[in-house]
Amino acid sequence: MSNAIPAAVSACASCNSLDCNPGTCSSRNSESDSETLSVASPIETIAAPFSASADDITAATRNACKVCTPLGACLAFRGIEGTIPLLHGSQGCSTYIRRYLISHFREPIDIASSNFTEDTAVFGGASNFKTAVKNIRRQYQPEMIAVATTCLSETIGEDMNRLFHEYMSENWEEGHPQMIHVSTASYRGTHIDGFHAAVRSAVEALAVTGTRSRRINLFPGMVSAEDLRYLKQILTDFGLPYTLLPDYSETMDGESWAEYEKLPSGGTPIKAIQATGSAQLSIEFGLTLRGSKTAASFLEERFGVPYRPLGLPVGLRETDAFFELLGTASGRTVPSKYRQERGRLVDALVDGHKYVFGIRAIVYGEEDLVVGLAAFLLEIGVEPVLCASGGESGKLAEAIEAVRATPARKSAARMEIRSGVDFAQIAEQAEELKPDFLIGNSKGYKIARKLNIPLIRVGFPIHDRIGGQRVQHIGYRGAQQLFDQIVNALLERKQELSEVGYSYL
Amino acid sequence: MIEIIPDREGQVLRKGDGDKSAPMVCDKKSTAGSVSQRACVFCGSRVVLYPISDALHVVHGPVGCAAYTWDIRGSLSSGAQINRNSFSTDLREMDVIYGGEKKLTAALRQLIDRYHPNAAFVYSTCIVGVIGDDVEAVCRTVAAEKGIPVIPVHSEGFKGTKKDGYRAACEAVATLLGTGSTEGIKPHSINILGDFNLAGETWIIRDYYERMGIQVVTCITGDAKIEDIRRAHGAKLNLVQCSGSMTHLAKMMEEKYGIPYKRASYFGIEDMSAALYDTAKFFSDDPTIMERAQNLVREEVGKIYPQLQAYREELQGKKAAIYVGGSFKAFSLVRALRLIGMQTAVVGSQTGGKEDYEQLAEICDPGTIIVDDSNPLELAKFVLEKDVDLFIGGVKERPIAYKLGVAFCDHNHERKEPLAGYLGMLNFAKEVYSSVMSPVWQFVPRRRLQHQHSAFVTTPVKKQHPVDPCTQTLEEK
Repeated sequence: MSNAIPAAVSACASCNSLDCNPGTCSSRNSESDSETLSVASPIETIAAPFSASADDITAATRNACKVCTPLGACLAFRGIEGTIPLLHGSQGCSTYIRRYLISHFREPIDIASSNFTEDTAVFGGASNFKTAVKNIRRQYQPEMIAVATTCLSETIGEDMNRLFHEYMSENWEEGHPQMIHVSTASYRGTHIDGFHAAVRSAVEALAVTGTRSRRINLFPGMVSAEDLRYLKQILTDFGLPYTLLPDYSETMDGESWAEYEKLPSGGTPIKAIQATGSAQLSIEFGLTLRGSKTAASFLEERFGVPYRPLGLPVGLRETDAFFELLGTASGRTVPSKYRQERGRLVDALVDGHKYVFGIRAIVYGEEDLVVGLAAFLLEIGVEPVLCASGGESGKLAEAIEAVRATPARKSAARMEIRSGVDFAQIAEQAEELKPDFLIGNSKGYKIARKLNIPLIRVGFPIHDRIGGQRVQHIGYRGAQQLFDQIVNALLERKQELSEVGYSYL
Repeated sequence: MIEIIPDREGQVLRKGDGDKSAPMVCDKKSTAGSVSQRACVFCGSRVVLYPISDALHVVHGPVGCAAYTWDIRGSLSSGAQINRNSFSTDLREMDVIYGGEKKLTAALRQLIDRYHPNAAFVYSTCIVGVIGDDVEAVCRTVAAEKGIPVIPVHSEGFKGTKKDGYRAACEAVATLLGTGSTEGIKPHSINILGDFNLAGETWIIRDYYERMGIQVVTCITGDAKIEDIRRAHGAKLNLVQCSGSMTHLAKMMEEKYGIPYKRASYFGIEDMSAALYDTAKFFSDDPTIMERAQNLVREEVGKIYPQLQAYREELQGKKAAIYVGGSFKAFSLVRALRLIGMQTAVVGSQTGGKEDYEQLAEICDPGTIIVDDSNPLELAKFVLEKDVDLFIGGVKERPIAYKLGVAFCDHNHERKEPLAGYLGMLNFAKEVYSSVMSPVWQFVPRRRLQHQHSAFVTTPVKKQHPVDPCTQTLEEK
């Protein structure tokens, strides 16, 4: 459905110059932190494929470090108020995605399907689509039906524009739910691409022009429900009206119910999405999104809303950049609450620095989460020996370069950065790299178990623990929690391995 | 207010409300937009075949289908564990345009060389059915080259329901039958069909049969190895547990090898014992088998009975809702619940057949809601209407129960505790008991009128979006 909009030119997050390369921006470090230096790092970065025997399997993905695009779209749509996702394709897609999300969030997530049959696959999905919309309206009374096309409907060449048009011309009436569509063929990209595409499709369909306001648009990417709640608190504390899209902090981590909530309360109001067109600024987390067609780039292109890409604010420096930007946008200083959080974090980093220094880690997951975690690990003295993702934006190495500003030590381990890898490849390489811990989603558990090292569970999915939706990754508080968790996991490991069994560390 | 979609009205039956003659509507495709709890054809095939642990399972298609199903089963293996990997051809746009045969061929060659499986299953996903890859030809080529069976599974997601996937899986298994030696198979021998060794259940059942003096040739497919399946045609009787998935294979084996089959269920004391006695009766030429069966039942029941009675005392009169994949399991659950004093108020399945539902209606109490291919809204409605104390289901039902403050028992393929056999009955009762009797229910909104401090009691209105100057509303300062 997307129109041929040229990739937006984005301004550097540090100096706001359109010509600046954010990775080497001179403003970045001098602005943010006096306790670190900006030195071009001599640490060797290997972005080329790992060349050991491990890569003799090139035609199959083994234990994917990604899932498919419609999952991301469903999650994003679930973060819009009164919205139900409809997968245009086979029944199984909706069911598999539901169970995958349920196992992480432990919340109901109703995703409708147009339930293709053999006939549908031959003659097209128009009739199923209409039945689906009719049944969804009757059952759920949604404000919006957000349609994502799966690999099946995409491959048979379903023309959604025409389908929408036909449907609307026959069925439009006062109070009919909004309808939006995103193309999410699962052979194109990963779940994170589906997520961003869904956010963009919502903004494309709903944003309207208006008098420029103080509003901030914040596109956080695929963060946890706890992260979303924290972001809302931060924006509120800065006194900024905002649109946070998506916002599944309540819809995917809600309260206990007395009645079944057909569409759980919460989510970004549709009106707030409409208002994104007149905001003063869009902030989008995710350095690998640079140059891609995203919600923020669309708003800049179409409505002239300035677009500031930032790294996912994981760790001290990336969070500083975010707070500075909010300070500028709001004309306020950082509220004392956050200054205190930052102070406590620095204090904790000092308290625990010896435990983590020189420790080797493998970090994996969605590319921008990997970038954020790498930034954090580097700034506390951990050596991320492998940064790996199933994503293939082609910008992972560049983005990690951009966040790496800690002065490098000559003896530091080589950091490898690999895109488009699966867990089997990570496992094979882990045997050689001998990391001290893993940090990423729960799907890395088998590697951690084999190597007998801790796994710090972050990101999505966390299928073997409770509370994945409440893991906080971002901001000073997120960094604090990550730091405590990492240090404690290392201490526990040390204690377990010790013959003495020290009880006082 | 939740209502039933008109298209689905025939799929909901309330026992005893008038029109008894109206047969239950089932065996139909899910209505578009109904948020069915069913999965797809691929899911049906995968459920049946994946427990074969020394085979390579390759999902031919984009990455999702394989990724969502990576090692999610609780099927245990006594040997190889190749099946706990998720292998996908991970088709990309260019593969879709130019066809995925080359990639599939290469993937099979590479994976077989690396993992040395004894056979490979190749699952076709939706897209393969549309782009027209000749999967059979690829399988033939690779099989000839590598000297192992490479078996195509026609599991394109949209080509039917989960049941069609079972069928495709049975056809795939059937290609292996009769290719191995039946040497050493005794006259009193069986195959266990439709048990998947979840949490080691096959091992429990196998032990019972062996104690009766019956040889278990093969379990299809719990803890199955390719060699076992090749010789399964040598058994004298097939016992079919998951009838929805395996009756087709049992019929094929009856036709081709003259092996009769019987239905069996291993859940609950009654059904477990009936399964053992039925088998003993079949081998009536040796009366000691029946004797041993009786001793075994006495001994096993004796072990668990006192504990079950203790649970029963406290669970007496509580109500349950059941929603499971196959309806045959539902019968056993209704009876097992009765054994611990509980009544079934709602019962349904994703893929039950007409006869199954008729039988269910027979064994259930008047007023019981019987439902085929239900969805979250209906299930929530029934749970609240019947004010049940327990829900038995799988991953997708769990949050519905929990959200509404209802106890839950996982009776699905991810389970980590065996629920089959006598030990399984005790585990089942224990799980039901630990959920139903938990003190947490006193705090949930459904019960809060009795228990909550007045300061928290609010009229049950739809929650407002948080009101403060910076929320995502249009009121800006």
